[in-house]
Amino acid sequence: MYKSLSMLSRVADSLYWLSRYVERAENIARFIDVNMHLMLDLPIEFEQQWHPLVTVTGDYTIFKERYSEATQDAVIEFLTFDSTYSNSIVSCLRAARLNARSIREVISSEMWESVNEFYLFIISPEAKREAFSNPHAFFSKVKQRSQEFIGIREVTFTHGEGWNFMRMGVMIERAEKTSRILDVKYFILLPKVEYIGTPYDNIQWSAVLKSASALEMYLKCYHHILPNQVADFLIHDKDFPRSIRYCLDKAEQALHAVCGSTPGTFSNEAERRLGRLRAELDYSDINEVLETGLHEYLDALQVKLNQVDTAIFNTFIAIRPPDLITRI
Amino acid sequence: MKFDSYLTEDHYDELFESDAHPRKAAIPIIDRINSLPEEELKHRQQAAEAALMQMGITFTVYGTDEGTDRIFPFDVLPRIIEPSDWEHLERGLSQRICTLNLFLEDIYNEQRIIKEKVIPAELITSGRSFRPEITGLHPPKGRWCHISGIDIVRHRDGEFYVLEDNLRCPSGISYVLENRRVLKHTFPRLFETLRIRPVDDYPNRLLDMLEYLAPDTVETPSVAVLTPGIYNSAYFEHSFLAQQMGVPLVEGRDLVVSEGFVYMRTTRGFERVDVIYRRIDDDFLDPEVFRPDSTLGIPGIMEAYKAGKIAIANTPGTGIADDKAIYTYVPKMIEFYLEEDVLLPNVQTYVCWDGKERQYVLQNLDKLVVKSVNESGGYGMLVGPHATKKEREDFRHRIESNPRNFIAQPTLDLSRVPTIIDDHIEGRHVDLRPYALYGEEVYVHPGGLTRVALRKGSLVVNSSQGGGSKDTWVLEEVTV
Repeated sequence: MYKSLSMLSRVADSLYWLSRYVERAENIARFIDVNMHLMLDLPIEFEQQWHPLVTVTGDYTIFKERYSEATQDAVIEFLTFDSTYSNSIVSCLRAARLNARSIREVISSEMWESVNEFYLFIISPEAKREAFSNPHAFFSKVKQRSQEFIGIREVTFTHGEGWNFMRMGVMIERAEKTSRILDVKYFILLPKVEYIGTPYDNIQWSAVLKSASALEMYLKCYHHILPNQVADFLIHDKDFPRSIRYCLDKAEQALHAVCGSTPGTFSNEAERRLGRLRAELDYSDINEVLETGLHEYLDALQVKLNQVDTAIFNTFIAIRPPDLITRI
Repeated sequence: MKFDSYLTEDHYDELFESDAHPRKAAIPIIDRINSLPEEELKHRQQAAEAALMQMGITFTVYGTDEGTDRIFPFDVLPRIIEPSDWEHLERGLSQRICTLNLFLEDIYNEQRIIKEKVIPAELITSGRSFRPEITGLHPPKGRWCHISGIDIVRHRDGEFYVLEDNLRCPSGISYVLENRRVLKHTFPRLFETLRIRPVDDYPNRLLDMLEYLAPDTVETPSVAVLTPGIYNSAYFEHSFLAQQMGVPLVEGRDLVVSEGFVYMRTTRGFERVDVIYRRIDDDFLDPEVFRPDSTLGIPGIMEAYKAGKIAIANTPGTGIADDKAIYTYVPKMIEFYLEEDVLLPNVQTYVCWDGKERQYVLQNLDKLVVKSVNESGGYGMLVGPHATKKEREDFRHRIESNPRNFIAQPTLDLSRVPTIIDDHIEGRHVDLRPYALYGEEVYVHPGGLTRVALRKGSLVVNSSQGGGSKDTWVLEEVTV
């Protein structure tokens, strides 16, 4: 009989990033989708605004070096197919596939095949044609393939430690991207200040919800589109699977399952940071958020999510034996 | 597609005695294939290829990065080995492996074979894969070459010869297992009628052997497969073997030496490793002992190894025993160490290190096959009769500037096996790489990898040079 082995740190890291990258690819598709909806609903006399989308990614400087103007095509090219830009869909999927390949003996073959096919799809000439001729259909496919991967993971991969690392990766990535999708609205300039609170404004907020696949679920709760309620729903809803609070709650559960500690306690830095952030969301309300300013609040949240990610890395991946800590 | 018009063309054929006369053991196979409806064999060939692709039994083609995985070409017509031939091969290989093991223990310790002037000291110490760093080493259980893949060919005289020894990290066993899995679906009825020795238990045997090497104080040894990583062309095999044995596949960066022991980094802290099946070269194993620029290895692992805290298979330093210049001395070694007659002869070989033989080689470059002593995979090789004048001149310079690095052999007429080429069956040259494990005793896995040169007339079977593979059926003696 073999003693049951713990998971190699590298394997845990690859599982975490495999799922994070697939989730990221899906969210970039959502991201582009929200802007397309927003632009379609703008009154005809106003210019298309694709510039904000790149601004929200935080990579505007990289974009500016390569493209002269932020047109729809240039932004789609940059965020989807630019293989030299590390956060484009194609780069995310390449990274996901490499991670999957390095742990092929750990994941199920169905998972490997799914991520491999996803990657082969995105580099095919047909995909590129469709992205520009029928972007909505194309980005729907990207979302679908990612969801297919999640489904396959759920039913073919043992829900043990490795699965929990994948869950952490997905949930932290999703929380981060929901915050960014919400933030896009902040950068879109309405034609005139008077437009705030008019049908145009409401239509835009519903586009934000649509991109997070949240419109229908939101309406069941609130019936009317009101900006602070939309923000409240995407940040604080307890049960909606793309709300930030839900994601952090699930990430924390996965982390506790790995560490074996009881909820409400912590045994390492990762648990402490994630637990505190999740508690903040449990006990804050939307008025507090709006007082800080939505954009400023989301910015601060993204910093904290990065700290959680670093803490996970230091706790589980970059470990060193005591006699080496002094040597290095 | 049938065998009606199949020609042996005056070569030794593994399935036919002469045109239209199949060997007795091959008759059921020939009959079965002849009885298939037209086009059926082709369909089965295509189905087998599709299955290999789907299972992801692929190797990486260097130099490109997108969708670069290809399948190793596979031919569904099997190669058979009759029971008496196999028994001979098994005994010959055991004899050879035991001898090479004794040789390694000797040259890194007493050096009796040098003192008694069987092999010149200089030939050994000038070998690039000789490792003076491990002089004085006694590996666990006295085993050096735990896993070997010695290449065998059959010449037109019907005899088997050893073409080269591979004692470093021979690859290909995963193809043996996967080819068999596919062929069982291709010809299920043949597997019912013939008694073909199974191959599926290799991973079990490998694990048993690896566990045998663990320090005696360890009750349940922890075994790991060490890979250079996903960019290695044999990565599929590394991951396959780890999966089939149910042990972790590790990279150098997963391991760390601390207080004399080797540990894996896990999410629950450090866990000890007792045995490593390494699939990286000596050079890269430990930057503190071998190449200092290696990022694939584990600093300090050799120290832990010498202290007996971990077992490594194969033992670092075994490479000198498969150096192609040393190869020529193996028959003498067998007589020296075992005082036995050589069961499997070598192919006649000229060592360029020797002045007289070098002279002969340089005068006959158009007739000989020249090989670098440390390379494998069909690299660093000149097939004289098929080479251009420029290629031959290039090799002349290389031999003259570094004679120790080259040997030459006459061009052999390798035996052939019927092979599907487009929509008919033609003979193609093959070799054989049986895999052996040396734990408590030598175990030779039945069959091995039959590689086939798919290009007409070609004698080079390597996958990088247009080679493919076949399933190898070792038949069992039918006792009535």
